[in-house]
Amino acid sequence: MRVNVTVNGEPRQADDVWEGESLLFLLRERLGLPGSKNACEQGECGSCTVYLDGTPVCSCLVAAGQVQDREVRTVEGLADGDRLDPVQAAFVEAGAVQCGFCTPGLVVAAHDLLDRVPRPSDPEIREALAGNLCRCTGYEKILDAVRLAASRKADPEAATR
Amino acid sequence: MDFLRPATLAEALALKAQRPDAVPIAGGTDVMVELNFDHRRPTALLDLTRIAELRSWDVDGEDRGGDGGTVRIGSGVPYTRIIDELGDRLPGLAMASRTVGSPQIRNRGTVGGNLGAASPAGDTHPVLLAGGATVEAASTRGTRLIPATGFYLGVKRHALEPDELITAIHVPATRAPQQFAKVGTRNAMVIAVCSFAVALHPTRQRVGAAVGSAAPTPRRATAAEEFLSGELTATGQWDSPKPLLDSVKRRFGELVAEAASPIDDVRGSAAYRKHALSVLARRTLDWAWRDYTEEVA
Repeated sequence: MRVNVTVNGEPRQADDVWEGESLLFLLRERLGLPGSKNACEQGECGSCTVYLDGTPVCSCLVAAGQVQDREVRTVEGLADGDRLDPVQAAFVEAGAVQCGFCTPGLVVAAHDLLDRVPRPSDPEIREALAGNLCRCTGYEKILDAVRLAASRKADPEAATR
Repeated sequence: MDFLRPATLAEALALKAQRPDAVPIAGGTDVMVELNFDHRRPTALLDLTRIAELRSWDVDGEDRGGDGGTVRIGSGVPYTRIIDELGDRLPGLAMASRTVGSPQIRNRGTVGGNLGAASPAGDTHPVLLAGGATVEAASTRGTRLIPATGFYLGVKRHALEPDELITAIHVPATRAPQQFAKVGTRNAMVIAVCSFAVALHPTRQRVGAAVGSAAPTPRRATAAEEFLSGELTATGQWDSPKPLLDSVKRRFGELVAEAASPIDDVRGSAAYRKHALSVLARRTLDWAWRDYTEEVA
């Protein structure tokens, strides 16, 4: 089928899509957006997390046929041009990026958390990131990054100093 | 493979009647895993995510501020919304929903999907059984209500006819204490090694209890229900609750464990599951009863 889907604000089209393939495959292999990572293909690792109509989902568990006329926002759509989103910047600064494979999913999940809960508690951060697996075991710095991003969002002036 | 995308329930039922082989897909948290790993290649997928009728809930009967009446939850309502919107009326279902997968999974997964998959380990089954829920199934032939107790027929087998779709789940609304607990190797993203739900029904002076992941189907622990309901009624404790005797809690736990017929598998041994169920039963009963005692006092 031909899939029409808005990705990161732009209308995109893909032809000869097998409807049972995943949104993750559609994004990576057909639309050239490799930011979302393919690791487990069963929703366990969270590396492929994207927004679907504003809600974070595992793109490996969404059938391509289900996204017709829907809106997807991937990690590629978080930065404003060359300016990183505060969550992305905080991940870089806090050293929350090791091999980087889990990073896109964690960034999207953390981005959603801070949109919903501007000043999350540690248990809230842990719960929000519970579906994202990091095999370098770098969780402490990931938590630091989310705390840093939250503090900057709460005090935007501090971010530019 | 055909991909069917009905926009209304009527259209979906017509399609299911024509194509009983079509596999319904909503959140995709089970179906897509099978497709991704090539464990299943259905001849058709029936996408239910465009059907607005399946994504709403309402209350039938007298709604006394979250107590009373029956909540009819469309089969396409994701767990996240059950937690956020129904936690005050359906405490057990919300509690079980909170233990499903991760936020990403709860944003997509549905109780309808849990029922359709009918895995013995499905997290919502014990609370549906303990809470007295009913499954609404529809086809072009009409709509029928299947009590949860008659819905699960075997491992991943349920009472739906090939032309039927699960359209809703009816769960009695309550402010009475309900509890759910499951055993897993960590807090998030685990399939239950075993699980247990208890629901107090003070107006009927009854207790509901059910086990998950400990038999070919989720099942009620009827002997445990009978024992505890009888004990509480005989001692007048629904009206003036007292701390439960250890012997009562222990007997309740034993009867719950006896209701299970678990297997040894990679997640745990049968003996462990029985032991863990008796502990979960005692513990959750204790929590529920303490809440009830505070409410009545």
